[in-house]
This record gives sequence, structure tokens and C-alpha cells, in this order.
Amino acid sequence: MKKKIVYFCIFSLFFFIFVIFYLGLNKQNYYTPNEIKNKKLAIFIGNELYSNEEFNSDEIIKNNKFTLINLWSSWCVPCRSEHPILMNLSENTNLYVIGLNYKDKKNNSIKFINQFGNPFSIILTDPNGIISISLGAYGVPETFLVNNKSEIIKKYIGPLTNRNLLEINNIIN
Amino acid sequence: MKKIKFIFIIIFFVFSAQKLLLANNSLLVDKISKNLRCLICQGQSVYDSQSDFALSMKLLIKKKIKEGESEEQIYDYLKNQYGEWIVYDPEFDKKNLVLWMFPLILFIIGGLLIYRKVFFN
Repeated sequence: MKKKIVYFCIFSLFFFIFVIFYLGLNKQNYYTPNEIKNKKLAIFIGNELYSNEEFNSDEIIKNNKFTLINLWSSWCVPCRSEHPILMNLSENTNLYVIGLNYKDKKNNSIKFINQFGNPFSIILTDPNGIISISLGAYGVPETFLVNNKSEIIKKYIGPLTNRNLLEINNIIN
Repeated sequence: MKKIKFIFIIIFFVFSAQKLLLANNSLLVDKISKNLRCLICQGQSVYDSQSDFALSMKLLIKKKIKEGESEEQIYDYLKNQYGEWIVYDPEFDKKNLVLWMFPLILFIIGGLLIYRKVFFN
């Protein structure tokens, strides 16, 4: 009788461990943050790319119905693929597009803009990446859509796609 | 001559005190960044990682320490930005209750078994 109980215990323990590991196999292990809704975007102060003049993000966001903040860099390859989408979005008058130039050299970023066109209403620089971290970003490219109360409506990690373009247009129009 | 010596000693102390303070700060940066997960190369700490994200993160921590924020405040700030996943030391909550309690339960059961064996046999 006692032996049976021991066998049963061992068996159920192994079964328990097996189930846990089996479920763990199918679980995706790569962490991406939950969609942040109605969270406020941190205020930041950045220098303009061409004039080096200081701008406060709060003032820009307050005065526009919707603001798109796009983190980009000339050395970032996916940024090139999303560039036509940003160009498309820049034609919309409801949207103010801030380009946050992440860890880039001034010459290279100006070259990039001259080559592919400038979709940004203003370009601010983030030479050491601190602004991006304070916004809660991972790297480039990353895009935030905020309303005039600084509330994050959408956050896109990675390059924008045509589907994102439709979604943004639906929100702002 | 005495005066010069005196001034020299004061300068020496000021500089070494400053150096010591700076060293303490960078130790704290190391300590905090060792407990943070790099979100680009997951599985590596911010301290070990050389990704752009981790390098910026270290700069931000340094800046925050300079501004006089405590270790706790920095963790809270980052948790608020990136979620609790960013720290290696998980907080005690409902989700990981079993994980925290299981060793304790096992320990108590084991203790009871030994107690029974020793005192009732």
C-alpha cells in the first residue's frame, strides 16, 4: 500500500513537471511590452538638427491635434523601408511629425534627408539616446502617435507598414 | 613653506575626495545596470550588453544618480517605462506566489517528516 502511494507520488510529480515544460515549449519567450494606452508621453527637450535651437516637446504637442514622433537614424536600414510611409503621412495636415534623430552624425542625417526627402515637420536630435529611453523606446525605428494631451494613442515598434498607415489615417481623420 | 605644504595637502584631499565620490557613483551604475535586463539582447544584462539601447540606458542611470535619485527611484522609473520585466529581481505578487512559496512549503514538509521520524520512531 505504502509503495503504491510512493509510486503514485513520483508519477504525478513527473507528470506535473512534464506538463509545465510542455506548456513552456510553446510559450513565446521574447518579451514585447503590452500596448500602452492612455499613458502620457514624457516631456523632452531636444535640439533642432539644422539650427541647434532648443525645442520643448510639450509646446509642440499642445498646439497640434495629433503628433507623430518617429525615431529614426541614417544608419538604420529598416528606417529606409518605412520612409515612403512617413512621406505619405506628412501630407496629412492633421498631423505634425517630429523626427527624433537617434544617435546619428549630423552630416549623415542631412544626407539621408536630402536623398530620400523630408517627411518631418521638425527634426530633433538625440545624440546619446537618453531622450529615447525616457520615452520608453527600444531603438530605431519606433513611432509614437499622441494627441494634444500627450496621451499615447499608438506605439509602433519597428518599421511602419501599409497597415499601420491605414490605421493612423483612420485615427486622425 | 608651511603654507605651501598646507595648500598642497588641501588640494590633494579635495581631488581624492572627488575621485572617491565619482568612483562610488560608477559602482552604483554598475550595480543597477547588472540588475537590468537588456531588451535588445534579452538574456544579457544592461551591464554586459554593448547594444545602443544598453549604452544609452547606462548614461541615463548615470545622469539620474547625478541628479540625486536613489536606486529605488531609478528602478521605479524604468519599471514604469518598460514594465516590470526589465528588472531581474522580480517582485512578490500573485503570479509568482507559487514560485516563492514552493521551496518554503517543501522545507516545512521535509522538516515535519524528519521530526516525525526522529520523535515517533
